[in-house]
Amino acid sequence: MTSNSSSLRSPLGRARGLGSAKEGTHHWWVQRLTAIALIPLTMWLVASIVALSGSGYDAFILWFGQPINATVMILFLGVAFHHAQLGMQVVIEDYVSHHGWRVTLNILVKFACYGLATLSIVSILTIAFGA
Amino acid sequence: MATQNRPLSPHLQVYRLPLTALMSITHRITGVGLTFGTLLLTWWITAAAYGKPEFDQVQAFLGSWIGLILLLGFSFALFFHLCNGLRHLFWDFGRYFELHETRRADVIVLIGAAAMTAATWVMVL
Repeated sequence: MTSNSSSLRSPLGRARGLGSAKEGTHHWWVQRLTAIALIPLTMWLVASIVALSGSGYDAFILWFGQPINATVMILFLGVAFHHAQLGMQVVIEDYVSHHGWRVTLNILVKFACYGLATLSIVSILTIAFGA
Repeated sequence: MATQNRPLSPHLQVYRLPLTALMSITHRITGVGLTFGTLLLTWWITAAAYGKPEFDQVQAFLGSWIGLILLLGFSFALFFHLCNGLRHLFWDFGRYFELHETRRADVIVLIGAAAMTAATWVMVL
């Protein structure tokens, strides 16, 4: 955190605001931000799946071959996996009391979420670029 | 015994959770379920990137009884988490914390999630 001479809070006050997790409200804030972004993105995905249901492979490729659809889908995937990771982290921190397990599970969830996010985004790009 | 009339903290095995508490834990359960559901979504998209035979394999699985039950659960979990998540955002602004308001929101979220799930499946089937 950069020091701001115009702030009325003392450096100690600011440090205290960061709390025991040493990251302040960052986790909480990003979880809300991704939640808000997911409202329209999810509605769009549901509408897309409804539109694509009943039609096969060709319609799927044609749909995500459109740059705008590929863009919104990649946004959905990136934001959704980030939101999932943040949510799983809270659940794990609340229910897994053993420190070693808690840290291990959180690392595994992070690897899985960002691995799956990358795989699905690369797949959408593969379709979009028509490889 | 002198301690007989002390208030006891509710024990989860004998205490019937109020609807608001059930909604709260369901929000978490659906969140975890949706995280596992992303495996299905990733499989679907990745198969499409590999080609028609792989994609048709996934479509066949999703069209089977197991696939349809999974998708039904997936869709309800998604709409529940979406509707209840909206209520959480209202709570973040300090709104609708009164007991009668949370009870009303419980009903709105449940009806909203059920209606959205039903509407989606009516359009799909």
